[in-house]
Amino acid sequence: MGSLAFAAILFLVGWIVGSANERAHLRRLAFSEKNLAHIRVCNIKTVPDDLYPGGMLVTGNCVVAIDYFKKVLSVIRMFFGGRLNSYETLLTRARREALVRLMQKADDLGATAVYNVRYEFSAIGAQPHAIGGVEMLAYGTAVKHTTGPAA
Amino acid sequence: MTDPILTNLETVPGRDIIQHLGLVQGNTVRAKHVGRDIMAGLKNIVGGELRGYTELLNDAREEAMARMVEDAVSRGANAVINIRFSTSSVTAGASELYCYGTAVVVQ
Repeated sequence: MGSLAFAAILFLVGWIVGSANERAHLRRLAFSEKNLAHIRVCNIKTVPDDLYPGGMLVTGNCVVAIDYFKKVLSVIRMFFGGRLNSYETLLTRARREALVRLMQKADDLGATAVYNVRYEFSAIGAQPHAIGGVEMLAYGTAVKHTTGPAA
Repeated sequence: MTDPILTNLETVPGRDIIQHLGLVQGNTVRAKHVGRDIMAGLKNIVGGELRGYTELLNDAREEAMARMVEDAVSRGANAVINIRFSTSSVTAGASELYCYGTAVVVQ
């Protein structure tokens, strides 16, 4: 009985604090993305001609934890099939955060665009049989245009 | 000796490739320490970002890239193109970071 109560408390704590963290993170992401909107990102390899020579590899990564609330939700959902919304939002957040960090690094280098952006994903964890978290890596080549934003 | 140009494009913008020097690579396997693991355990209750792991993997990636650059420079390259990354979990609590690309000479 005691362990069930403990599990219920963990679940509740995970839900309340986790949701608050998620909302705060999404607000921070919206703010950062607005500030860095002048950096153009794309995943194409052909670059235009109006660039300064050279280019630099930039990376951004983010490791997010999977909390018990999401795990419990997913176990329940797997009985019925369908989308796992909780994991979707988690991975979307991690991806957006990685991209924001990549754009920040490009901005620090004075670049105006990042080409050939690729994503890599890997699961990490404390136990080999359980996924404790996921790492999202975004990398691309930062370049600087010689002409203005109209190009 | 200036640092080589690193890019994940197949060309270097504005420069011509005059010689290909082959595939170069760098890798590293890093384990985290117990302090970070405890924090990660706590985060598993509330979710959120695992900063300890993020820094760990960042440092490991820098080291893997540095080894790849060393390999390229020792062959006489001044740029590495088409760089790709690969991460895999080996044993509990350790990750291998692998980084590879093509060493070239550009003018």
